[in-house]
Amino acid sequence: MPFGNTHNQLKMKFSSEAEYPDLSKHNNHMAKVLTPAMYERLRSKQTPSGFTLDDVIQTGVDNPGHPFIMTVGCVAGDEETYEVFKELLDPVISDRHGGYKPTDKHKTDLNSNNLKGGDDLDPNYVLSSRVRTGRSIRGFCLPPHCSRGERRAVETLSIEALASLTGDLKGKYYALKNMTDAEQQQLIDDHFLFDKPVSPLLLASGMARDWPDARGIWHNDNKTFLVWVNEEDHLRVISMQKGGNMKEVFNRFCTGLTKIETLFKERGHAFMWNEHLGYVLTCPSNLGTGLRAGVHVKLPNMSKNAKFEEILKRLRLQKRGTGGVDTAAVGGVFDISNADRLGFSEVELVQMVVDGIKLLIEMEKRLEKGQSIDDLMPAQK
Amino acid sequence: MANSFTRMMSGRNTAVMLASVGAGALASGYLLSDMTAAAERRRAYPPSADFPDLRKHNNCMASALTPTIYARLRDKTTPNNWTIDQCIQTGVDNPGHPFIKTVGMVAGDEESYEVFAELFNPVIKDRHNGYDPRTMKHPTDLDASKISSGMFDERYVLSSRVRTGRSIRGLSLPPACTRSERREVERVVVTALSGLKGDLSGRYYSLIDMTDKEQQQLIDEHFLFDKPVSPLLTAAGMARDWPDARGIWHNNEKNFLIWINEEDHTRIISMEKGGNMKRVFERFCRGLKQVEQLIQERGWEFMWNERLGYILTCPSNLGTGLRAGVHIRLPFLSRDPRFKKILENLRLQKRGTGGVDTAASGDTVDISNLDRLGKSEVELVQLVIDGVNYLIECEKRLERGQDIKIPSPIPQFRK
Repeated sequence: MPFGNTHNQLKMKFSSEAEYPDLSKHNNHMAKVLTPAMYERLRSKQTPSGFTLDDVIQTGVDNPGHPFIMTVGCVAGDEETYEVFKELLDPVISDRHGGYKPTDKHKTDLNSNNLKGGDDLDPNYVLSSRVRTGRSIRGFCLPPHCSRGERRAVETLSIEALASLTGDLKGKYYALKNMTDAEQQQLIDDHFLFDKPVSPLLLASGMARDWPDARGIWHNDNKTFLVWVNEEDHLRVISMQKGGNMKEVFNRFCTGLTKIETLFKERGHAFMWNEHLGYVLTCPSNLGTGLRAGVHVKLPNMSKNAKFEEILKRLRLQKRGTGGVDTAAVGGVFDISNADRLGFSEVELVQMVVDGIKLLIEMEKRLEKGQSIDDLMPAQK
Repeated sequence: MANSFTRMMSGRNTAVMLASVGAGALASGYLLSDMTAAAERRRAYPPSADFPDLRKHNNCMASALTPTIYARLRDKTTPNNWTIDQCIQTGVDNPGHPFIKTVGMVAGDEESYEVFAELFNPVIKDRHNGYDPRTMKHPTDLDASKISSGMFDERYVLSSRVRTGRSIRGLSLPPACTRSERREVERVVVTALSGLKGDLSGRYYSLIDMTDKEQQQLIDEHFLFDKPVSPLLTAAGMARDWPDARGIWHNNEKNFLIWINEEDHTRIISMEKGGNMKRVFERFCRGLKQVEQLIQERGWEFMWNERLGYILTCPSNLGTGLRAGVHIRLPFLSRDPRFKKILENLRLQKRGTGGVDTAASGDTVDISNLDRLGKSEVELVQLVIDGVNYLIECEKRLERGQDIKIPSPIPQFRK
């Protein structure tokens, strides 16, 4: 809740043992890391804007998780959360991001010229290509903690910055609360519209407060560059198009992001970023690049192959259904994207996707002809 | 052994006393500390920047809140540091429906009703038919011996039930409570209930520790409550830490039941098959009084004051918090076009047999009192008894092909 969680002072009247959450049935990163001693050390702290330990972990307490799926179980309310609650968040980040250490440095590389190839993924297999990330505006609290005034300020700034984009990036903003029925239908048909979160993981963190106030969607006239304002993060930036030209998608992504960053800086606002964590976002799972580069690709034979999971793992790729996270594949068409976010640069991650998809398509073609794929097995990246 | 609660209680005695007198002494509230970066941010965003957009809203809070009231209340806190934004969040997040006017705000503690009186009072007035907390007093009367003709014709009445809620003074309410406060509510109430004897003696089932078998039994008996899914409740923060410190207690006879830490600290239910509403109410009053005595022996009491009666989380449940009702078969009357008006004049409400927001199945409806605040428990239960008897009379007359009359409307507040 905004303007300082003075409510935390009430909790300090009660003992740490009495307040410690019951995590006996929980399976998430927060529950694995938090201990009564840690809770005692951290519970009297708050960030300058008043975000507290209980605010960080509430979503993880309310959502015990699933034996097979390890969720993160904590969120940040502002940039300082990652400092003030380091003791909890560093191990969570390490668990989630493959052993990333508190002393590690994250490399940012948004120069799309550094990407090799990627313009020729076979369109007989690759139906569409997409790159997304998030950005937070320094100086404003994040979605779990922001006040209505702050959220509106983020929207106003974003509209102003995006209105300055030109050329193939020129576009229009649609505020969720002012949308006409016709506009809404169009955005649904384009698969651009986002809805009020229903996932209890998100609702429990307070991100959906005051919906749909100050939420909206901006996209360019070509419908290949899209920005979501005040959904799970301040900004989500998406570049996408049909077919397999990932290079063009990534090119537009980098150009657009860089332009937006410049426009914000001209107005006195930087993105939240630091050397250790890269771009700072609400969920620890999206730190670093916050980047998910992926394709919708037809791999009916690969999907039946016993080695499919192992190959994806070695390529550092992840599969999802074409409805996005937590959906199933339909008709042998998968959403394949990078599994990592932190510890690799943007170029490195997109390169992994480009190279990995090339290999998977080659394997698919072999399997179509009934040939073996053993000699193509990749080493662990 | 003094625990943190007894220490806290002794320090809060003054505030508690003032709250119990309902003196409005806390109306000035406690200002947020000015010494922090949070305070700086607050100054950067004046109340006008934060005023919610309520143009598409239809709830009591949205009807009452103005930018001026918001500006006066935004920076105040109750002694538990609860704010107006926290009270109204559920009403901001749930615009409501053109036909159904919800309340749109909740209390985080007893003092909320004082510190934020400027908004709660018009909301209470709107919801409770003009009841004005500034000038009127609410009567409490739990003397079941005053009830007359409380035995219904069981060819029509299938079951009888009375429910209410109680809050433990000194502990924050479900939207605001910390985990340890919620656990303390559970401890206080379960300890008291273990002191009940005779036909009231029973057992507690904590939601965390329940076995599958116990769970199935409670479901079959229609006793089990589940984690709230209604966005009205989840937006208010009542479902935090579920199922920690939640549970169900019932007596061995299974006609006296208590829910702990669901929407309120406690919900108390007395029920049985058949038409003996007098006995249901008698057990209700007896059980409530005994529980109250048992918690008082340990230095606790219920939240109550002269203006608002029993204090509960939702303003709609203030006063008696009482819903007394029956499941009743009225095949002729329920189809008569005058049914709605008859109910209205009798100050009764119909619901489906699944409870609020359900449809009636077949000819059976749930009939209960509309009002909660401004009339005592005895008055409301008598009103239900008299009203239901009138409905049965109408039904019988229609069966015989005779005509029925719409009764004159019952006056709303004791003048």
